[in-house]
Amino acid sequence: MKVKDIVHLLDLTVYSGEQGLDREVTGGYVSDLLSDVMGRADTGQLWVTLQTHKNVMAIASLKDLSAVLLVNKQKPDANTAEQSNEEGIPILGTTMGAFEVTGKLYELIR
Amino acid sequence: MNRYRADLHVHTVLSPCGDLAMSPSKIIEVAAHKGIDILGITDHNSTKHGSLVKKMAEKEGIFVLRGAEVTTREEIHCLAFFESDEQLDVFQKYLDTFLGDIWNIPEKFGYQVVVDEEEVIVEHVDKLLVSAIHQSINEVEKQVHQLGGLFIPAHIDRPFHSLISQLGFVPEDLNADALELSRHSTREDILRRFPGLKSFAFIQSSDAHHLAQMGTRTTIFEIERPCFEEIRMALAGEKGRKVHLE
Repeated sequence: MKVKDIVHLLDLTVYSGEQGLDREVTGGYVSDLLSDVMGRADTGQLWVTLQTHKNVMAIASLKDLSAVLLVNKQKPDANTAEQSNEEGIPILGTTMGAFEVTGKLYELIR
Repeated sequence: MNRYRADLHVHTVLSPCGDLAMSPSKIIEVAAHKGIDILGITDHNSTKHGSLVKKMAEKEGIFVLRGAEVTTREEIHCLAFFESDEQLDVFQKYLDTFLGDIWNIPEKFGYQVVVDEEEVIVEHVDKLLVSAIHQSINEVEKQVHQLGGLFIPAHIDRPFHSLISQLGFVPEDLNADALELSRHSTREDILRRFPGLKSFAFIQSSDAHHLAQMGTRTTIFEIERPCFEEIRMALAGEKGRKVHLE
């Protein structure tokens, strides 16, 4: 499943990194501790978080994640969105909380 | 230059997790006993005990750096210090504005009290001071520096509530006056993990919540005399002023 399919099925907002919407999503990871994501997330996963700092994109890029999904109406900081555009890794958004959106994601990509 | 021992991260009874014995007079008594020359008063998201401790500590020849330990939106703890009453007032208003509406439950989190010189309680703070303020680390850093304060991310080595736990690594554009290490780490340890940090000044402090923890880690300042500007210069490595871990 591609990032754009998930955007469509879950009615997500695309904040930045549109050129990466064709990336393949191989799984998911949910965490707000960036140190934890750095250690445990895997290539191709979609990362669910409420953190919006620029370091989010540095780690998404380092781990070659497929996209970042911000929950609870969080929006990326300006320089975070900028880096997402440079890296081509989309930042998505939802009004749902992490529990709800993760449940739906799990059904889609397990 | 003269050599001064500093413990720049000490909580008082105002912090919910601060032991009730952490009254201004007891803190000063223990600081004097442990040979601490410079004391940082850093309650969670509040500056309200700094001035009283400073005034009382002057009689003992202890210099107090007044500030707070701010919890940013990312749940990163950062120390902020200010020189003047006016700066502290503005920063206190900033904290009051952005602290969320989460109420303290004293039985669960501990009491949050402001006392006077005689240890009489003059205020119970209602909002839970350990919760996060609605400002990012970048916004807090800007506010502190706009006011002329010092901005020091706290215990960056800790696996929770630290710059590194929350953001994975120290952002390269972070404008910090120093980085603080907890009592569980050393400068060598952190530089082994993050060699890029060697250009930063480091301090190490006790983060004392109990009297017995005070002074368990200290920072040495080589400065002319203990005052805000000399401490700032030492952190910046200006005019022969130096800072190193004890």
